[in-house]
Amino acid sequence: MSQEFETVIGLEVHLQLSTKTKIFCGCVNVFGSAPNTNVCPVCLGLPGTLPVLNQQALLYAIKVGLALNAQINPFIKFDRKNYYYPDLPKGYQISQYDLPVAKDGFVMIKTDKNEKRIGIKRAHLEEDAGKLVHDDRGNCSLVDYNRTGTPLIEIVTEPDLRSPQEAYDYLNTLKLILQYLNVSDCDMEKGSLRCDANVSIRPIGQTALGTKTELKNMNSFRAVKTGLEYEVCRHKQVILSGGRIIQETLLWNDEKAMTIAMRSKEQAHDYRYFSDPDLVPFTINYKVIDQVRAELPELPQIKLERFIKQYGLSEYDAGVLVIDQAVAVFFEHCCQHYEQSKKVANWLNGAVLKEMNERKMGISELKLTPVNLVALIKAVENGVVSNLAGKEVLKAMLDSGKTPAQVIQDKGLVQVSDDSALMAIVEEIINQNPTVVEQIKQGKPSAAGFLVGQAMKKSGGKANPKKLSELIIRRISNA
Amino acid sequence: MITKEDVKYIAALARMHVAEDKLEGLTKNLTDIVGYVEQLQKLDLKDIKPTSHAVPLTDALRQDIVKPSLSNEKALSIAPEAKDGYFKVPLVIE
Repeated sequence: MSQEFETVIGLEVHLQLSTKTKIFCGCVNVFGSAPNTNVCPVCLGLPGTLPVLNQQALLYAIKVGLALNAQINPFIKFDRKNYYYPDLPKGYQISQYDLPVAKDGFVMIKTDKNEKRIGIKRAHLEEDAGKLVHDDRGNCSLVDYNRTGTPLIEIVTEPDLRSPQEAYDYLNTLKLILQYLNVSDCDMEKGSLRCDANVSIRPIGQTALGTKTELKNMNSFRAVKTGLEYEVCRHKQVILSGGRIIQETLLWNDEKAMTIAMRSKEQAHDYRYFSDPDLVPFTINYKVIDQVRAELPELPQIKLERFIKQYGLSEYDAGVLVIDQAVAVFFEHCCQHYEQSKKVANWLNGAVLKEMNERKMGISELKLTPVNLVALIKAVENGVVSNLAGKEVLKAMLDSGKTPAQVIQDKGLVQVSDDSALMAIVEEIINQNPTVVEQIKQGKPSAAGFLVGQAMKKSGGKANPKKLSELIIRRISNA
Repeated sequence: MITKEDVKYIAALARMHVAEDKLEGLTKNLTDIVGYVEQLQKLDLKDIKPTSHAVPLTDALRQDIVKPSLSNEKALSIAPEAKDGYFKVPLVIE
């Protein structure tokens, strides 16, 4: 029996908000401090303390909601999600249940054929839990409450994703939007951005959802995709062999590349949500919403379309620029000084990006200004330095922070186009390569490329290659 | 009606140990409490909006300004056990 299945995936993304302080107390909100040094009676859950909501966290949450095209609830409240685990000192997490900050939004993703709308069911504020370190030998667990109370926004999709690839594409699209909002560093390695996935399969044509499993512990988008692929495959095998999928939470093990069920006792949660009496409700009026909306940056998809239209870039070039907001801004600064936008895009997406990767630096950390990059591009375009030497100049500019003119002068890299200076090199190369010269004479002009390369090397990259090629051909045909 | 199973389940959620000989009494107590609160179910609440909070107050917000935290020593001084700056608890593995 062959049966076709459809995959149904929903994702929950937790994003730590980069406010200065925690969500309900004035402890500093930073990563990497010594254990239990950013804690106070509120985030330790001591009796008699009261949480007070951080206004900035609320504004950030509204910002995220608006960027995800969601409705902002005019009236919100906080609820207690009860569970008993040492990472939560109060025995409950303050979260939002029935009145979240935002609901009913969407994100557009690009699939191989067209665009697809992924529904955002809700986005709500909550507090992060502490961090546990397990010490098997000491037969104990160690708890660090620094992370407790870090503001989180949880973004929940509708079950609209139809493949692990779509889930992967959604995550990348979402992350880029969130990065543009500047409300979080979105760093998965630090745990600032985390993702859980719900997955089920159903026979094609069936509307009722199949039994889902929940996947946790994926620490990269790649792992989300691989984990989901594994799980879809497992669901099919179980169902086709006549078994039933059990609704459960599974942990993805990246090393073994498989999912592992949690012990059923560990996942026996019954959260018993109820309104938190320690926090009064909040109203979000249209003035606040309008104000936050006015502060929204141009979002990546809009920027991409504008770059294509305004600067005549290819979709690919515009896409590479837009992936890094700072590079996109840098690009536009360059274009204010130079009308050849395409050349600017080529340099940024090529040589500059390569340097950024090699130096593991963002564009703002490089010793490079838009004016200097434009001066360099102009130097190459006007034939002052060769394209090859231009890349050397860039490296030296980044090392020293000097202008291209200074570097070219310091290194004596001015391109040599003067016939008499180049002729000596041409003579030497021709004398050293009689067989190649013979080939050219016998009607194989493409062999001249080899001689040009040799001559370029000889000149230390300073010769004008076009000029060299002319001189070599002229010299051989005149001989 | 509260059963002994309900009591065991609730105790498990709260990580509480309930001795077998206490189950009977606790079940009866809990049934009485729930029964007492259940009287509220008889009220006609058709046109009444759910209460979000008992206090008629909204928007108690705080500016995003850092306040001093406790020192590590002070934070751990309330811990039954501590190790290397951490709170020490029985081994839990998830």
